Order: sequence, then structure tokens, then C-alpha cells
Amino acid sequence: MKRFGWCLLSLALAGFFFAALGQAALAAEPKTVVIGFTASQTGKLNVEAIRQINGLNLWIEQVNKAGGLKLPDGTQVKFAAKFYDDESKKERVQELYTKLISTDKADFLISPYSSGLADAAAVIAQQYNKIMITAGAASDSTYKKGYTLIYQTYTPASRYLTGAIDLLSKMDPQARKVAIVNEKDKFSTDVVNALKAYAEKKGYQVVLFEGYDSGTADFAPFINKIPADVDAVMGGGHYADTSTFARQLFEKGVKAKMVALLVAPPEPKFAELGEAAYGVIGASQWQPEAKYGPESAKKEGLEFVGISVADFDKTYKEKFKEEPSYHSAGGYVSGVILAEAIKKAGSTETPKVKQAMDEMNIMTFYGHIKFDNTPKEHGLQVGHDMVYSQWQKKQGKLVNEVVWPESAQTAKAIFYFPR
Amino acid sequence: MFSQMLSSLTDGLLLGFVYGVAAMGLTLIWGVMSVINLAHGPVIALGMFGTYLLFTHLGVNPYLGLVVVAVFGLALGFVIYGAAVHRVINAPHLSSLLATFSVNMIIIGLGTAIFSTSPQNIDFPLGSVEIGFLTLPVTRLLATVGAVLFTAALYLFLYFTRPGKAIRAVANNRRAAELMGIPSSLVLALSFGLGTMLAAVAGGLISTFFPFTILSGGPYELKSFVICVLGGLGNPLGALLGGLILGGLEGLIPAFMPVSWVPVVEFGLFVLVLLLRPSGLLGAK
Repeated sequence: MKRFGWCLLSLALAGFFFAALGQAALAAEPKTVVIGFTASQTGKLNVEAIRQINGLNLWIEQVNKAGGLKLPDGTQVKFAAKFYDDESKKERVQELYTKLISTDKADFLISPYSSGLADAAAVIAQQYNKIMITAGAASDSTYKKGYTLIYQTYTPASRYLTGAIDLLSKMDPQARKVAIVNEKDKFSTDVVNALKAYAEKKGYQVVLFEGYDSGTADFAPFINKIPADVDAVMGGGHYADTSTFARQLFEKGVKAKMVALLVAPPEPKFAELGEAAYGVIGASQWQPEAKYGPESAKKEGLEFVGISVADFDKTYKEKFKEEPSYHSAGGYVSGVILAEAIKKAGSTETPKVKQAMDEMNIMTFYGHIKFDNTPKEHGLQVGHDMVYSQWQKKQGKLVNEVVWPESAQTAKAIFYFPR
Repeated sequence: MFSQMLSSLTDGLLLGFVYGVAAMGLTLIWGVMSVINLAHGPVIALGMFGTYLLFTHLGVNPYLGLVVVAVFGLALGFVIYGAAVHRVINAPHLSSLLATFSVNMIIIGLGTAIFSTSPQNIDFPLGSVEIGFLTLPVTRLLATVGAVLFTAALYLFLYFTRPGKAIRAVANNRRAAELMGIPSSLVLALSFGLGTMLAAVAGGLISTFFPFTILSGGPYELKSFVICVLGGLGNPLGALLGGLILGGLEGLIPAFMPVSWVPVVEFGLFVLVLLLRPSGLLGAK
């Protein structure tokens, strides 16, 4: 009987031991969250798109290296990327996002680069009930379609170039004539429509308002239409066409006081244009000189989350041997946003993470992040602001200086002409 | 308005010369061997990359580099002719069309793998010259000079050398030329080589003022077709004239209407010429 008692006790102990062991093993069992996205590794958007995925991949590498995220229930969450090349084509995007969700079982999605492609992906994400963070897509219209799971990291197009008008009025209060030449894609059209309305509201005369096809290489027909007494030339589209436009504006000797263009000027590669880059202003979502940190967060009463500007700049340069652009920062910050939402939700389930995203109001190295959570424009970025940078010369070398807003200024803006 | 029109027209005409060179390549091949060369666009792009690589890696002046690009274009033409065109030269048009289309796909595939599709630039700024109210980029002026020189050289070659005369003889009547002892296969290969040489040179000229990718030859190939029809298929001088007309139109139309109307008018004209004068402006009646 006694022996039976001992047996029972040892059995119970063994059972307890294994159960505890199992529990511990269960608690520590890492969960891998699959982040699905497409990247335009080829095609006309590849410069910006590759920077974007470089940023995102850097974040994944760093978060995994640090052991991943720890949820309140003890689950250790690690991240894995699954992605395909969308060739910068809309039709490939929808096919590939469906594949990412159905075949690759992606838990969360990051959008491809550019508003057009992101808009195409958004339909699929919403249809399959997946949260998608749109990195590198500024167009407003995606968020007016009643989607509930799409969240924007960029300052929307409607606020993209309006600051350039404010800067122009500060630089030359007499300036009146603005010419707008833009790429006829979704993003650029959204930007210039808002820009035109804003300029006219401020009393400017829009003397040319014309769009060009994506992939245009010859801008002479547009430049010839710009009146000789124009004060500012604004517009552009994406990297390839905008850098060509800037080059030809210079070659044709356009005598505008300001040239402010989309996307291309903040790219470090833009400096390769040499003299043609000098004086060109770019609207940027982020610059390495930006002063976002715990202090600025405290000033605005926000919590600072994630890596510092200096650390991002340093680790990105180390890994990719190039200067990070705002596209790189956009890719990285979408990872930061997702991780923060999962952490706040304490779960990787879509409804809980969505709730956390809706309530998010944080400061990151990339700036303020807050989403519109009203049904009218759900997911639209309402926290983040643009900075305007200009290529100037320091000891004969081209440098990119932040010229607007004044609070973030690293140098005063100069005229494009007279140079 | 007048100054705008004049500067637009000048820009268009300057570009038109380069269009003309590209189209001459296409029309020469068509005229001599009745082959529509669908690899024309990618060869133009290869000409761009040839000039670019010589400039960035070896520091060769892009305009001197054109001579190397021309030799390379000629050699490439021989290779394409030998590999893809020679065997189907007497087959129905669809065969040569598909053969050259395959070459097109191969070049684009290889080019994408090697160069990716990032836009490349030849950073060789030469500034602009101001003539009155006209501001003309020097690169475009030099491209025009280059185009004129190549056209003149082609003309002299076709009319004053034995191989040139042989090409014209084969174009006129291949059977009769063979009976006169002209080795038609060699002449066909040479014509194809000259055609691709002109395409490569046009590409090289364009690369000095526009950015490019391996896909950039496509639009110029399309323009070349329109120009060939305008000028008369098989007529190199007609191609130059067609190039100037097209360039001039591209310059003038935007002065009156949005630039996006350019292709509408261009292709409208294309259809009109096909309807009213199918052999082109300088084509045989």
C-alpha cells in the first residue's frame, strides 16, 4: 500500500514536472508572423521601391536579431518577409497579393511602392480581411473608398506640395505666376489638384497646368509652353521622369525663382544631375537631418517609439552602403508601426491589431504617426508632416538642406534663378 | 506665341534628324530584304548602353564612342542576320517577323538581367546656346550634326561604292543581281548590319540627351514605323524627311493643344498617308 502511495506520488510529481515543462515550452514557443508585400525590383519604379524594401528588410532583420516581440501571454513573435517582384505593373500586383494571402499565408501586408500600385493592392487586402500598411503611397483617394484595414504612413498628396506655395510667398511676396507640369498618374494628379486649388486660394495665377505620360523622356514641348516670366515651376511625378524634367529645365534655361518637384529631389541620387540639381526644391516625407526624437515627442505629448534618427541613418548606411532616402525611412517605419500595433493589441489577430492601429498616436524617427479613424477617410495619415529640402552648395559640393518649415530649417532657401 | 512656336518647332526638328537615322535603319532592311525588323527597338537601346558603358567605364567621349557603337552595331547586325534572319528570308513574312521578335525578347531579357530597368544617364553636360529667344541644348545640336553626318555617309556609301551599289541592285531585283554575280547572301547580311548600325547610332545619339533603360527603344521603333510609311518604305532619304516631319509635328502640335494629343495627330496622319498615298511621300508610285 505504502509502495503504491510512493508510486502515485512520483507519478504525480512526474506529471506535474512534464506539465510545467510543456507549459514553459508552450509559452516560449516563438510565433512567426509573415509580412507579405511586392516590390518593384524592375520597371520604372525600381529606384524608390528598392529603397523602400531595403528599409523594411532592415527593420525585420533588427527586430528578429533583438529576439522579436514579446506579447503579454509570453508568445515570442518573430517576423518573416515574403515578397515578389511586381515589375511596377498594376495587374501583377493584384495577382501577387492574392497569392501572398492564399498561398503564402501572409498575416499582414505592406503595400508596394507608389499610390497606383498600393491602391490596386488595397482592394485585395480589404477583400481578404488583411491589415495593410501603405508605405510609399501618398494619394488620398484610396482612403475615401470605405476601406477599414488600410493605413497610410506618408503625408497624403493633398498636403504634399502646398508648403512650397507658403515658402514661395515667404521668399518673394511679389511672385504671382506658377506653372504646374505633372505626371498623369494617380499620386501626382492628386498632389497637383490640391496644389492648384491651394495656389489659387492664395491668389496665385496658375499659368500652365498640364500632365505628361509616365515614362516621358522629352519635356521640351512642356518647357516651351512655360511663360518666360513665370515665378515658380512645380510638379513632376516619380524619380525617372522628374529627374529628366529637372535636367531639361536647366538645359532650356528656365528662369523661374523656384523649381519645386515631387519625389526625385530628396533622393541622394538626384545630385548626379550636377548643376541641374542646384536650387531644386523637393518635398520630402523625411530627411536624415530631421529632428524627431524623444524630446520632440515630449513637446507634443506623444510617446516615442522605436529607433532614433541617428541609429536608423547609421545602420542603413552600414548595411546598404548608401544614404537612406525617405522611401527607405517609409519602409522601415511601416515595420515599426506594425510592431507597435501588435504589441499594444497583445495579439496578432486582425481585429485586435486594427483596434490598436485606429488608436495609435505616436512619435517615431520618421515623425508623428496617427491615422484618421472616421469612416469617411479611414486610415488616412493625419499626424505626419512634409519637410522641404533644397540642393545647395557647400564648398562647391551639392548638399541637400532642409529649407521649410522654418522650425526644421538647416539653411535658408535660395532662388533657382538668378543662380 | 510666335516665339513659343518657333522654339517648339526647332526642338522638334532637331529631334527629327535623330528619328530619321533610326528610321533609315528600319527602312533599309525592309527595302533590301522585305523583313520587318522587330529587334529594331532593343538595338536602339543597346546603342544607348554601348555609348553609356564606353563613357562611364572607359571615359570615352560619347561622340567619339559613336564610332565604336557603329562598328558594334554592324557586327551585331551580322550576328542577328546569321542567327535569326538568314534561314527565314524566303519564308512568309510572319516567319521573319517572329524571328526578329524573338531576338527582341532575347535582348530585352538579357538587358534587364544585366542592366536592370533603372534609368541611366550620360552625364556629359555641354550647356546651351542662346540664339535670340531660342535656347538650344548643345547635346541636341551635336546629335543633329551626327545624324546629318551619318546620313551623308550612308548616301555616299550606297551611291558611290561597289558594296553600296550591290545593295541597291539586290534591293531592286535580287534574282537579277545574283545572275550578275552579286553574292546576295553577303549583301543581305551587310544591309542588315547597316540597318542595325543606324539603329545603334541613333540610340547612341539619343542617349546623350535623354535618360534611358533597356526598354527605351520601343517608342523609337514605333516612331520609325510611322516615319517609314510617311517617307516611303525602302527609301532612306524618305526616312530622313519623314523623321523631320514627325519631329516638326511633335514640336508644333503642343503649341496649340495639350501634349497628349500628339500621338492622336501623328497616328491620324499615319492612317491618312496609308489611305491616300500608301507608298509614302517619296516612295515609288
